[in-house]
Amino acid sequence: MALAVIIVAVIYVLPIINSNWWPYKKINLGLDLQGGMHLVLEVDAEKAVESTIEQIIYEFRRVLRKERIRQVGMEQVESAKIRITINDQNSIDKFETILNLEYKDLRLLSKSTDDGVYTIVLDLPDKETEHIKKLAAEQALETIRNRIDQFGVSEPDIRRQGESRILIQLPGIKDTERAKELIGKTALLEFKLLDETHDLNAALEGKTPPGSEVLYQVKEDPETRRVIKTPYLVKKRALLTGAYLTEARVEIDSQYNEPYVSIKFDKKGARIFSRITEENVKKRLAIVLDKSVYSAPVIQEKISGGQARITGNFDTEEARDLAIVLRAGALPAPVEIIEERTVGPSLGSDSIRKGVISMGIGGLLVILFMIFYYKGSGLIADLALILNIVLIAAGLAGFQATLTLPGIAGIILTIGMAVDANVLIFERIREEMDLGKTPRAAVYAGYDRATLTILDANVTTLIAALVLFQFGTGPVKGFAVTLSIGVISSLFTALILTRSIFDFFLIKRKIRRLSI
Amino acid sequence: MRFIKSNIGIDFIGKRKTAFLISVAMVLVSIISLIVHRGPRYGVDFAGGTLIQIKFLSPTNIDDIKSGLFSIGMGQASVQTFGDKKENEYLIRTDKSVTTTGRFSDKIKTGLKSSTDNPPEIRRVEMVGPQVGKDLREKALFAMFYALLFITIYISGRFELKWILSGVMAGCLMGAVYFLNFFNVSIPFLIAAALVVTLVLFWVLELKYAMGAIVALMHDVIITVGIFSIFDKEFTLPIIAALLTIIGYSLNDTIIVFDRIRENLRKYHKHSIQTIINRSVNETLGRTILTSVTTLVVLVTLFVLGGGIIHDFAFAMIVGVLVGTYSSIYVASPILIAWQEFGKKK
Repeated sequence: MALAVIIVAVIYVLPIINSNWWPYKKINLGLDLQGGMHLVLEVDAEKAVESTIEQIIYEFRRVLRKERIRQVGMEQVESAKIRITINDQNSIDKFETILNLEYKDLRLLSKSTDDGVYTIVLDLPDKETEHIKKLAAEQALETIRNRIDQFGVSEPDIRRQGESRILIQLPGIKDTERAKELIGKTALLEFKLLDETHDLNAALEGKTPPGSEVLYQVKEDPETRRVIKTPYLVKKRALLTGAYLTEARVEIDSQYNEPYVSIKFDKKGARIFSRITEENVKKRLAIVLDKSVYSAPVIQEKISGGQARITGNFDTEEARDLAIVLRAGALPAPVEIIEERTVGPSLGSDSIRKGVISMGIGGLLVILFMIFYYKGSGLIADLALILNIVLIAAGLAGFQATLTLPGIAGIILTIGMAVDANVLIFERIREEMDLGKTPRAAVYAGYDRATLTILDANVTTLIAALVLFQFGTGPVKGFAVTLSIGVISSLFTALILTRSIFDFFLIKRKIRRLSI
Repeated sequence: MRFIKSNIGIDFIGKRKTAFLISVAMVLVSIISLIVHRGPRYGVDFAGGTLIQIKFLSPTNIDDIKSGLFSIGMGQASVQTFGDKKENEYLIRTDKSVTTTGRFSDKIKTGLKSSTDNPPEIRRVEMVGPQVGKDLREKALFAMFYALLFITIYISGRFELKWILSGVMAGCLMGAVYFLNFFNVSIPFLIAAALVVTLVLFWVLELKYAMGAIVALMHDVIITVGIFSIFDKEFTLPIIAALLTIIGYSLNDTIIVFDRIRENLRKYHKHSIQTIINRSVNETLGRTILTSVTTLVVLVTLFVLGGGIIHDFAFAMIVGVLVGTYSSIYVASPILIAWQEFGKKK
């Protein structure tokens, strides 16, 4: 049986030497060893709820207009609540009918009539809010996965963590700055009309007309590296968003030799776009991405066909990344990087080198110590130790576990701990021999008595390792894994393997003297 | 070859009062150091903040690095050498988590290049937001608590066959901690209270082996943490891994002794408990020390050769193994005697 385990282990270790050999399973290296980036993002799901409320208000207003209900004030308060005030007695009844008919899903928070002014505050029920938040996180995950796929990272690991966090691991990535920008961008593309009826300067002084806002165009002069911010007074309402995009790609302007992003809308988007351009000829349409204006060209004529271009002096790389985020779609809510761990490839290979050197020297010292202290029996323990390392490597490959820097430390630690079991057994055998037993009887008694102690001692280490596995992230988890595999394999080598070797010498070879 | 014979006959138990004083003194020094330093010095993982490891091709002045950081608005950052001097590696650290977006590392590179005339290589960036840091801190405490609890269940199950009793007790404790967790109780306080309750319960339920084990473990962890605090070393995730491993490993020696005590109690039931325990400690002394020596050998190699990131981890483990070996001889077993003596007086 011991032999079978060893053969299986050796087979699993083979691909480490040459990855083309069966069973093709190599040990995965953690980010800290091969270099790469680990990010945790927090999805600001509240924002998704807020924009849902915004949308509801917009729709609600339209319904009221259609039904000719007037004198209704409606505003968004405390980020995700709707407050409605009505002055006109007639409107109240009609309003309530619509409210109860079409908006029965909204939760009523308070309702009062004061001096003939009817006030009602509504919000979304908790279940709905939760649903929106969950959806936002899921959608954000999908969008980010899309972006990373298009960016081209091999074997990315992207997953939800808890309620509203997203864990991203990008092994071997070089341009971490670009990747972060690509991932973190909300990429909400909006087409908004410029508010040309009001004064921009008055708005800059704080008198922003209702329904409009000041947004900036940020340009950096490549020569002087000065940043120029140009303010625009833009209508808040987006006429069209990036949600209708079907395509976005980088093209080069033949005239100026500058890259730009050409975008194409789907059928519905194209219809909306042609209507907007038709209705607003000679007006300026701002192309806004994440609250900053990219350009605000004058609409010369109706544009049908649903094609547009986004210009704004970027280099080819920036244009390419913009095209990626537009294609992958906008994030449903902004995200924030709350944890980042980046390891450069050179540090990773340094760590591996140092780890392997410590393992070699540490292992050698232990091996020499065992031979020095236990002579022949020490050799048996050393054989077990070497097989133990093979078993750990096989275990890592077989379970497709990830080897991290603390994981290497875990292996080195197990080298020190693996011989402990043999020390316990050998000490016991010596004790039994002191009592005058024959080698064979002493060995049997030694193994019998020591087995339970060894099991007990190792189970506690295993318990700690399992708790650590639950608690740990990334590198620490790697430590817990190697430690657990190490403990189990050292139990195997110490209790089963070395015993078979002793049996072989004592029974088959019938040796009389024990070198211990 | 044999350093320590099993019949060496040292009177450990007679010296247990001295050992007790030493242990109490070490624990007190640790706690005082923690109070003076206002708790453990948390690394970026737990405190939140940003850490950047850079490497230059040639030796560089720390002041030049600082002025370079100042020029890009990171004047509050601290800079220190990292690992081996000849590697020219430095750690830059800020308390607050600087947002690492917006070409952050490019900015650092240009800033440092102009101030040091030496292009740096950014080898590692770690940014942890304050919320993440707090989460990790709490998780680490819970992990240590659970590890202690599970291990003591195992001990009282294996040594006194009180699986159900200890299991139910641990279940109640975990439930209580889990439940109280929802009431915004400060987590360190909660865990400390839970540990005290655990000790009292062990006392009342007469789980003496578990009691000895958990006191020895707390002793080891507090002293290791204390020594870290005295040397002003940082607590990071790998250090928590080391502490948990110490919890698991330092018990190995304790179990070896306990096992022998149990065996000898059956064999020589006419002798006094003191004699039996002293005999057991003596008989197992050789293996207690040897197993620690083999582990220490590899830990010292790791400490010397493992590189900067592993350095502190190895240090924590070395301290833990040393203290753990001491405690399994001088703390865990004497508690069994103290128990017996206290019982007799009653």
